[in-house]
Amino acid sequence: MLVDNQLTQPRVSMLGTTHLLFEAPGDFDLTNQRRIWTLTRVVSAWPGVREAAPCMTNVMLTFDTPPEDPDRIEEQLVAAWNVAEPDQTEGRVVDVPVIYGGEYGPDLHEIAAHAKLPPEEVVRLHTESRMIVFAVGSHPGNVYLGGLDPRIAMPRRKVPRIRAEAGTVSIGGFQGGMGGTVGPSGWNWLGRTTLPVFDPHQDPPALLAPGDIVRFRAERVIL
Amino acid sequence: MIEVVDIAPLASVQDLGRAPYLRYGVSYSGVMDRLALLAGNVMLGNADDLAGVEMQAFPCRFRFREATDFAVTGAGCTVTLDDAPVLPWWAGRAEAGQVLTIAAPRRGARAYLAVAGGIDVPVILNSRSTQFRGAFGGHEGRWLQAGDVLPVGTTEGTLAAPGFGAQPPDAALPADFAPDDLQPNTTAVRVLTAGEYELFTEESQQRFWATGWKISGQSNRAGFRLLGQPLDFAKRLEMRSHGIVPGIVQVPPSGEPIIQMSDAHTAGGYPKIATVIEPDLWRLAQAPLGSRLRFVPVAYKDALVAVRQAEAWVASLRRLSGQYRSLCATGRRP
Repeated sequence: MLVDNQLTQPRVSMLGTTHLLFEAPGDFDLTNQRRIWTLTRVVSAWPGVREAAPCMTNVMLTFDTPPEDPDRIEEQLVAAWNVAEPDQTEGRVVDVPVIYGGEYGPDLHEIAAHAKLPPEEVVRLHTESRMIVFAVGSHPGNVYLGGLDPRIAMPRRKVPRIRAEAGTVSIGGFQGGMGGTVGPSGWNWLGRTTLPVFDPHQDPPALLAPGDIVRFRAERVIL
Repeated sequence: MIEVVDIAPLASVQDLGRAPYLRYGVSYSGVMDRLALLAGNVMLGNADDLAGVEMQAFPCRFRFREATDFAVTGAGCTVTLDDAPVLPWWAGRAEAGQVLTIAAPRRGARAYLAVAGGIDVPVILNSRSTQFRGAFGGHEGRWLQAGDVLPVGTTEGTLAAPGFGAQPPDAALPADFAPDDLQPNTTAVRVLTAGEYELFTEESQQRFWATGWKISGQSNRAGFRLLGQPLDFAKRLEMRSHGIVPGIVQVPPSGEPIIQMSDAHTAGGYPKIATVIEPDLWRLAQAPLGSRLRFVPVAYKDALVAVRQAEAWVASLRRLSGQYRSLCATGRRP
């Protein structure tokens, strides 16, 4: 059984002395996420804030030097959140071809068993989900996607595995994902795209940005 | 230029880290022991953010193609320049052709080679640090190998013999916050409790503080996996992914904590019980695999005091270094 950590009040917590996490209350949905994007833009301009990195209905602030009075920042953040309207920017629509199953998506059958659906149906629900880039993060170019059909949600694995290839398309809890570079991952691997998701010599280096709409297309399904 | 004559695995070119690219998923990277590289740069009169070589296994041997000022900091290693011993935390001068050998440490885990002018690899996304996950930055985006030749930046002024030493941070910044019952071979680090501390049973919260957590052999620059009796959750939640940084102590469902380090992901979803404060991250970096860690709770204001103590140590080193180098510049023998 998956229990979402839904908050009733905004929560602000220091991560050490130069990082702070703001977590929005309410549902894990696009409206709240659009408000996070607005909040991110606002706080990025605050003095002393080096960067604001939005993630899933939350945003992490990084500071050049430790803030003297985190309580005051907390008050300012909550006030800024309370007036933050959903960001209305139209994202780009990006088609992403995926090979599902086989060595590309070794967890397809496990996801199907968990969802009590045939694997073909899992692929159909995934390609028909209207997935939006909620955040870029974790590792270079990696995207977190909202809009996953809840019927194919699946908890993260108990122990992360060592090597997910670049372009791995996966499911972690209620979230969709697509990896930008090779490395370990605790998510469930559904398939893989050949699109270059990250390039350090480009500015910005990531293919996708928050708000972009991803349309997964089944190039091939290996059962 | 410096030739890598011989090198044990897991050495890399690093600076103080890459920012601000967390929002593209690009981690800080950078040295594990920030104070050690910073000290090396300060002793050589470098800008603070120049790159050096981080060594995590030994021995390592480098040949200087030109006369070069250098400093070796971090772990207490046996260091020789050709056959002459070099003290740890010493800044000195190597002549063209001399070979510097850094052997296994008797104390600590990671050693740093800084050179005047810095290791001059290209700056990518604002940093010279190696980003292993993205295979870019540092020297060709990878670990160093024997035969690599590292470019050195230009610099003004030189250090006259014999050079000078610094008091290492483990002497200058003693762990006087450590609990009285600290066992041998155990490093104490200060932490702030984190967002999900309350998710753990009271018994597990107590055990988190009381346990000497063993650093697993599966630990690396990305994270330290800790071994001990697993912690129990009072309540299990599927977290929404959120930003994470070096020092965060996460607890995956297995119940054994993982501390995020320099190559940590920029976001994660495991519950976090605590965060090691920045001025103690170097203590983690110098804790060998197989040794143990104790977590000590600290209030935010006391964490700020620790930040200032570390800054004061760097400032005093900056003064000492400035004095020594101005003596060298006036031609007087220090």
